[in-house]
Formats: sequence, structure tokens, C-alpha cells
Amino acid sequence: MADFNVNLRGVGTVSVIDVRGYLDAHTAPELENVFNKLLDNQQFRVVVNFDELKYISSAGLGVFMAYVETMRENKGDIKFSNMKENVYNIFDLLGFPILYEFFKEEKEALQKFDSVG
Amino acid sequence: MNISKKIFEREILVKSTTDNLALIREFTKSAAEECNFSEETAGKIILAVDEACTNIIKHAYKYSPEGNINISFKFESGKIIISITDEGKHFDPAQIPEPDLIQFQEQKRSGGLGMFLMKKLMDEVKYSTLTGNKNQVVLVKYLS
Repeated sequence: MADFNVNLRGVGTVSVIDVRGYLDAHTAPELENVFNKLLDNQQFRVVVNFDELKYISSAGLGVFMAYVETMRENKGDIKFSNMKENVYNIFDLLGFPILYEFFKEEKEALQKFDSVG
Repeated sequence: MNISKKIFEREILVKSTTDNLALIREFTKSAAEECNFSEETAGKIILAVDEACTNIIKHAYKYSPEGNINISFKFESGKIIISITDEGKHFDPAQIPEPDLIQFQEQKRSGGLGMFLMKKLMDEVKYSTLTGNKNQVVLVKYLS
């Protein structure tokens, strides 16, 4: 019943994950699978595009919390873009903006990766 | 009509599976809307109920799909009172530490944020043990 979809695409050396719909404890494993796939392929530079994400619970936020350190240990990162205000507010309530970079547009997040080489 | 005087009651019983979370959110949304909460506040109530039920599925029932979760909504005296009851493993909320995001990240943890989020979203969150070995969490949100 939960409507969620995740898509992975490569933009240069960065992997972009598009998340759509509702990200909760039921759908979070689908996102975990994508992160596991990235680790298998040694892809550590990630942008998550939230443009079509309508809803997130802490189970969704937990996925980023569980993987970001591994990405950073390997000179990568998880950066966020195109987040709707209602979704951003949840990240904000839990203090994520101190530890993660949020960008209005996907290209800004991609450029940030480019600027650090 | 003065909404604060209106009495509203509704109840739903669901099994402890994560695929019921969407249904629980829909039910909560219509209850919050009927009680005249703004879209923004309804969003907070929906998320808090989702978090409470997720915790029950994950911790009280350890993902066993046969557990019962009873959710009752009541609107009175200008507030919505949501009582969520389960028959799973009891837990002591006092034992759950405030989340430390930096530490969680270093430990590569994916959980531990739900209870804290519920407290941030709602005006009151109370845990209790009922007779018959039931656990209950009561969430309260004021309309104003």
C-alpha cells in the first residue's frame, strides 16, 4: 500500500538517488538496498534528490545516518537536494542540518562534489 | 459551532506489520482533519502516530506480524488524545537515551530517533502499563 519508489542514476562521478512518495519503516529497506549496492560498487559520492518525496519518518532518516559515515570515511558524502519544506522540517527537528549539507537544487550539490575534487 | 466543545471518537485495530503504516497514516489524517487541525499540525500528528506504531512493530512485537495495535482517537476540551495500545514486550521509556546524532552516525546506527521525534511533534507523550500486560502510549496535541 505504501507508495514509494527509488531510482539510481550516475551523473559524472556522483550517484544520484531519486526518492519518490512515502519513506517509512516499510519502504526504508528499499533505500537501504540502493546504499548497499553503492557500497558494493565502491560509489561513495551520493546526492539524494527529494523532489518527489512526500513523506519521511525517522526510519527513513535512519538510513542516511547509518551510511553517511562509511561514505565520508571513503572521501565521499551524502548530500541532499530539492527537499520540500515539510520534509526538511523533520530533518531540522532532529538536528541533521548541522551534520549534512542541504541544497536547493541537485546541480548545486553536484557542483559541491566537483569543487572538492 | 465551537469545535472545542465537540466530542469526537474513533478507533482502529491493526496487525503489527509495517505495510499497515500507510493505512494508519490515512486514518490519522482523516481524524486530524475532522478535528480541524491545520495541514501542518495534522502532518505532525500523523508522523507521531507512525513513529509510535513503528516502535511497537519493531520493539514490542519484534516484527512478528500477528500482534494487535489498537489506536483510539478522542477529541475533547480542545485537544486530540490518541491512545495506542499493544500486547507486546514491555519497555521502559526512561531507559531510552536522548539521541546523540554524532554518536549514532559514528556507530552507523539506523534507529533510536523515533521516541525523541514524537516528543518534539506532540504536546504530551505518556507511556504506561495497563492491566492484562498491555502497553499504552498516549499522544496529546492541542488545537490552538
